[in-house]
Amino acid sequence: MTGRRSGRGPAFARNRNPMTWLLRHAQVMLASLGRLSRSPLGTTMTAAVLGIAIALPAGLYTLVNHVQALSGAWDGSVSISLFLRPDIRDDEAERLAQRLHTLPGVGELRLITPAQALDEFRRLSGFGEALDILDENPLPAVLLVNPTPAYSSPDKAEQLLLELRARPEVELAQLDLQWVRRLHAITLAIERAVWVLAALLSLAVLLIVGNTIRLEIQNRRPEIEITKLVGATNAFIRRPFLYDGLWYGLLGGLIAWLLVSISLWLLQGPIAQLSGLYDSVYRLEGPSFTSLLAMLGGGGLLGLTGAWIAVGRHLSEIEPS
Amino acid sequence: MIQFDNVSKRYPGGHEGLAGTSFRLDSGEMAFLTGHSGAGKSTLLKLIGLLERATRGQVWVNERNLNRLKDRDIPYHRREVGMIFQDHRLLADRTVFDNIALPLVASGVGHQEISRKVRAALDKVGLLKKEKLYPLMLSGGEQQRVGIARAVVTRPPVILADEPTGNLDPELSREIMELFMQFNDVGVTLLIATHDVDLINTLDKRILTLRQGRMANDTGVAA
Ligand SMILES: Nc1ncnc2c1ncn2[C@@H]1O[C@H](COP(=O)(O)OP(=O)(O)OP(=O)(O)O)[C@@H](O)[C@H]1O
Ligand SMILES: [Mg+2]
Repeated sequence: MTGRRSGRGPAFARNRNPMTWLLRHAQVMLASLGRLSRSPLGTTMTAAVLGIAIALPAGLYTLVNHVQALSGAWDGSVSISLFLRPDIRDDEAERLAQRLHTLPGVGELRLITPAQALDEFRRLSGFGEALDILDENPLPAVLLVNPTPAYSSPDKAEQLLLELRARPEVELAQLDLQWVRRLHAITLAIERAVWVLAALLSLAVLLIVGNTIRLEIQNRRPEIEITKLVGATNAFIRRPFLYDGLWYGLLGGLIAWLLVSISLWLLQGPIAQLSGLYDSVYRLEGPSFTSLLAMLGGGGLLGLTGAWIAVGRHLSEIEPS
Repeated sequence: MIQFDNVSKRYPGGHEGLAGTSFRLDSGEMAFLTGHSGAGKSTLLKLIGLLERATRGQVWVNERNLNRLKDRDIPYHRREVGMIFQDHRLLADRTVFDNIALPLVASGVGHQEISRKVRAALDKVGLLKKEKLYPLMLSGGEQQRVGIARAVVTRPPVILADEPTGNLDPELSREIMELFMQFNDVGVTLLIATHDVDLINTLDKRILTLRQGRMANDTGVAA
């Protein structure tokens, strides 16, 4: 009996049919959902904690995105004022405007002739009569240049400014960038903070799911022992707990998405007012399908990972005796 | 088949469970294992089901050397060894049916086959009408029979029982032992640990007696 001597003996029959495998996964997945729904209070509370932990960075991230979009809308209102030399005639200014228009980065362009400028000044300043005593119009022609969206960031706008300033017809070129720069810096800082927060809260989600699964494993210790006793593999024992973690994560993601959606809806009014103040047509967009997918995906992944860690640490300790 | 070659088991802390035990039980054979409390009966059965591993010597079950069996193969080994305990080890929150189905579910048997096999096992132990009840609604003898049905439902070649009649009155004990003998009639190898010497002396089967972790007496294969 060589088989007996070598000790290997007949090989064990293992089930390797992929269809059966898939079917079994589907069954365990549904069974896990059923088990969770049979203790709705506990499940909801755990999922709500996860939801809040996911909603915080997700909500802030959404806000930062919106602020960036908003500042993009403001970038559009950035304009460069080119004050032309006094000896430039209107027709020369007109030709210059046409030439500049073909430059890359130059979007809309408006020429204000000295006469128009004086008119406007007269109208707005209230100095009407007083200005009549001037022999000569002291105002220069002005070209207002709106950079194209691609040239609206502070760096690009500055680059365009330098290019325009170098023109011989231009006496003075101005661009007010300070506040655009500040806004960019602030959103960048907040974005960084959001990532740190997201990392910390992801860790929190892992710990919460891990701890929940650990307690569940302890509660079901006798069941686990007996199931191992009758020939269940570790994969079989592990599976329901992993699906529990996955469901917790998915539920948490869903709750997070709802929380973010509600918050955005509440912010809709104030934001509309704010962007109105800045002459912006910007509107806060509602929560998107993509963000739902992202939160479900993130939550599910974190839940699964947390469960995996708990199962890896605690399931191997349980052996029948 | 089960074979022990000079097997010792020393538990952590130095307790000797077995001290150099040898015996062989052929395929299709049935034997009772007896001996004083602490003699090592449960230890011997645990080594066969790989609930514990031997510290010395060789354990062979179904032509396999258990010393060389990898941990990941233990589940597959246990599917070939039905185990029955004095305390039944049933799941209180599952019906009789679900308890008996557990080994089938764990080994990935399909739905319809599970129903058929569980009913067949219930029929064998005479509990067909109780499949929807929960273990605590049953008498001690009935619970033990659920445990037996769970052990035989996968038709393992080897069945082990550790004091299966420990809590039962003489009449029920005899019924259970006769049930085991029926399994043996269809070729299952059985090893049953028990204190009930009076009962097993009337059953005309091989009796192995342990003393202080050693095989003290072996009546040999029954005539
Ligand atoms: N898990 C354990 N840790 C340490 N020592 C153990 C363990 N299990 C059993 N032992 C010791 O091994 C020896 C044999 O125990 P075992 O349970 O095999 O005896 P037994 O014959 O089944 O006794 P009983 O008839 O009382 O069930 C005893 O001395 C016992 O104390
Ligand atoms: Mg014992």
